Amino acid sequence: MLSLSKHEVRRVPPRFPPKTATRTMTDTKLDWPADVHKVLRDEGITEVAIVPDAGHSRLIELCEADNDISLVTMTTEEEGIHMLSGTFLGGGKGVMLLQSSGVGNIMNSLALPNTCRIPILMIVTMRGEWGEFNSWQVPMGQGTPGCLEAMGVRLIRVDAPADIAPAVKAASRLAFDGQQMVAVLISQKTLGFKDFRELAR
Amino acid sequence: MSGLHRRELVKELVKGRGKDTLMLAGLGSPCWDLTNAGDMAENFYIWGAMGGAAMIGYGVARMQPEKRVVVLTGDGEMLMGMGAFATIANHPVRNLAIVVLDNGRFGETGGQKTHTAAGVTDLAGIAKASGIATTATISEESEVGKLKELVFKTPGPVVAVAKVQYEKLKFVLPANSGSYLKDRFRNAVLGEDTAQK
Repeated sequence: MLSLSKHEVRRVPPRFPPKTATRTMTDTKLDWPADVHKVLRDEGITEVAIVPDAGHSRLIELCEADNDISLVTMTTEEEGIHMLSGTFLGGGKGVMLLQSSGVGNIMNSLALPNTCRIPILMIVTMRGEWGEFNSWQVPMGQGTPGCLEAMGVRLIRVDAPADIAPAVKAASRLAFDGQQMVAVLISQKTLGFKDFRELAR
Repeated sequence: MSGLHRRELVKELVKGRGKDTLMLAGLGSPCWDLTNAGDMAENFYIWGAMGGAAMIGYGVARMQPEKRVVVLTGDGEMLMGMGAFATIANHPVRNLAIVVLDNGRFGETGGQKTHTAAGVTDLAGIAKASGIATTATISEESEVGKLKELVFKTPGPVVAVAKVQYEKLKFVLPANSGSYLKDRFRNAVLGEDTAQK
């Protein structure tokens, strides 16, 4: 079933050929995106819905280069929640990669997996919390945990790179075995902050 | 008043449909139309999540490439999720058809006019400009055969807009428990052993 599905969805070559996954982090640092990618494979996740974030860029590259995983870019985050609900209705498993500002876009779409008890797995990179320069990122970054909890999403927060992959594994089990909507929130502390003044120099 | 009668159109559309066609109805009248035409386990009724019908059907279609997946929705619902056209066009599937029953009204909330009412906004045109391979608008009974061909036979993704009259019709309600509808649909599509383990 899976190989046929790949055939169907990969009919048209991507507009931009997938980049070869390159090691962007030094070997002395923990390569958490590679560990998360392995967890996604081990958990049988084949659909990856994204609205990109810099914090997800290496994981996105790894998924794009993986022939067993289909990466689908959304115009807005609620499309991802809708598609992944359909993924489960059709017998598959997926994950949504988004940033905290995108969480604001998915609120009513969560009504569907909530009332239908459809498992949803999200990995959210946080902004607006740890040394944020851009004030426009602060409201939704700070509002993310409260908004998700209000809609019934279970949260797993991670602050240390070594904890990210184990958290995604636990979240995947809680979602697909425990029939929950689950979000892993990756702290901005983990991802580091950028100073726009330096970029403007 | 021009335009087709939605109840008759949907009844005609599903005539001869087999279990290998999965149908998802967007909130409001399309749910009542599909229930009226014949409830079955291979139907999934989306009672909420406005703007999501096309993407939910798309998610199913990606997982079930051997089955035809037909999304039946309204103009108000589709206008809320038009980005789906661009997303689906960039990652196309051959087994998906989206039918928009376009009466130019928000039918459930008092019949307020939508952006298609005055003919200003053209949903099939938006789908086409988004890159959807096959798009069409039909408004005559003589075109219903063509609509059936597009919905069930033409390689997708297909977006077909059917201009229907604004009519106040009796609600024909399907089950409304989301978890029941989800399990019923998954049991039918995957078999109970796979769906529940």
